[in-house]
Amino acid sequence: MSNPVLEVKNLGIDFGGLTAVNNLNLEVNEHEIVGLIGPNGAGKTTVFNMLTKVYNPSRGVIYLDGNDIAKMNTVEVNKAGVARTFQNIRLFGNLSVIDNVKTGMNNLYEYSILDMILHTSKRKKNEQLIEEKAEELLKIFNLYDSKDIPASSLPYGAQRRLEIARALATNPKVLLLDEPAAGMNPQETEELMKTIRFVRDKFGICILLIEHDMSLVMNICERIYVLNYGTLLAKGSPDEIKKDEKVIKAYLGD
Amino acid sequence: MKNIFNNLFSKKNRSRTISFLMVIVAYILIEVIMNTVGMSRLFKSLLVPVCCYIILGLSLNLVVGISGELSLGHAGFMAIGAFTAVCVSGFCAQSIPNDILRLALSVLCGSIVSGIFGFIISVPVLKLSGDYLAIVTLAFGQIIKSLINNVYLGFDSRGMQFSFVTNELKLEGGKMLLSGPMGATDTAKISNFTSGFVLILFTLYVIYSLINSKYGRAIMAARDNRIAAESIGVDISKTKTLAFVISSVLAGMAGALYALNYSTLQPAKFDFNTSILILVYVVFGGLGNINGTIIATTVLYILPELLRSLQDYRMLMYAIVLIVVMQITNSATLKQTLEKTTKRFFKKGEAQ
Repeated sequence: MSNPVLEVKNLGIDFGGLTAVNNLNLEVNEHEIVGLIGPNGAGKTTVFNMLTKVYNPSRGVIYLDGNDIAKMNTVEVNKAGVARTFQNIRLFGNLSVIDNVKTGMNNLYEYSILDMILHTSKRKKNEQLIEEKAEELLKIFNLYDSKDIPASSLPYGAQRRLEIARALATNPKVLLLDEPAAGMNPQETEELMKTIRFVRDKFGICILLIEHDMSLVMNICERIYVLNYGTLLAKGSPDEIKKDEKVIKAYLGD
Repeated sequence: MKNIFNNLFSKKNRSRTISFLMVIVAYILIEVIMNTVGMSRLFKSLLVPVCCYIILGLSLNLVVGISGELSLGHAGFMAIGAFTAVCVSGFCAQSIPNDILRLALSVLCGSIVSGIFGFIISVPVLKLSGDYLAIVTLAFGQIIKSLINNVYLGFDSRGMQFSFVTNELKLEGGKMLLSGPMGATDTAKISNFTSGFVLILFTLYVIYSLINSKYGRAIMAARDNRIAAESIGVDISKTKTLAFVISSVLAGMAGALYALNYSTLQPAKFDFNTSILILVYVVFGGLGNINGTIIATTVLYILPELLRSLQDYRMLMYAIVLIVVMQITNSATLKQTLEKTTKRFFKKGEAQ
């Protein structure tokens, strides 16, 4: 078996006396879509925040392609190849839709401040490349027609898609999606599932996603981790999880 | 030809084209009027300061509007640029007799020194945010002013002479450059309207180069959502420093232009009120709105000068305007009436 792209060992975090996540072991293999589910307040988003170093984990290691990223800061983690979306949408509201995506490519196409001021051919070439790539991404997410309007005036579902497009623009190895289908109607969710699969195949990345919409999770995830009160409750294929007694109890109560 | 036109007025470039057109047309108009009909002395004396304040407004807009940090110390950078330029110009008066060359050198030195200060200040300042950042920049402005208030600088055959506390410089036939609270005296007035115009064009060029580049996008992204910006690899402190330094360079440039328009210049000029004045221009023109800043600065700078005859009633009118604005913004009925009237007005305009 090949090495996992993302490997988390004994991850844990305390807020004062409260242990929010403890002893979490998790791995995401190449080309895999993995789900992270659990009741409200289980610590799913906290896990994402630790993976992207918004929070500093109190314990544990995070390996990306064999390199420890637990000591890096948020920016470095992104450069190393982890990109994410947010549960409460965090777009650059005043920037146009295409500029949101272009901002994601800042570290891929370098030109210096001097190139910027003097409008050298290097700037022109790189800006051209950024423009082309951004348009390509927007077409995938069906946002091309609204590329020049401010991101904040997009409808809700489109804003979620734009966040994914922006995260993909950073050319990640692992994509973390925090409730990508929240607030979408069934039709939009259907559409989103297709897009997620398409993106996985086209960019050859692996995806870890948090979601409450079980139809989506059971449909597209190859493996699922269940989190409850900050600890791992169960892991396995969708069918195994569906039948798991502990999971059913955690969701429905006694 | 049509292609170029379409490109210039495309949605992306429209604001830039309008800015440049506006400034160039205004310059040509004023030059024509000056050379044909003639212009009152008062109005002529306002031209260079207006140019300076437009540059200051644009540069502050870079920090407040585009980078989203409230800075209250812009007069400090202006002062650094101003007094550096005065010193350079005074020192080189003999060696560089050409006015334009000396002006260029002074402005260049003023902006570089101001930029260096901007960089030094940005290190502690940008670790803060919101009110705290505003307070530190405010203090910075005050410190610069007090510092220059206590500097005595002159040169003679023995070289540069410098003193802090009292004026104990014994110059042998040289020249005083800075004399404490008196500031700079006997400065050669070498800046003119054309140089102001050129510098405005330069400022616009720099700002539009920045905001249409990846650096500009990073700055605006960091403003709109810090956490999201970091999550896609935008180094927040680097981008904010860049905006802050460019802004201070431009402010120093404006200060240099300003200083070389007067024969005397006191440090007291660059106090807190000046910083606030620039901020008012920016806010009135709209945060992040470049054309708005240019128009607002021009109107707000020239109006008080033209309405000097009404000076006695200034506070009275100020109060009335304040009350009316508050009433309108807070009362739904008044707001509606206002909207209706403006709508009707615009409809009429379209019909014609």
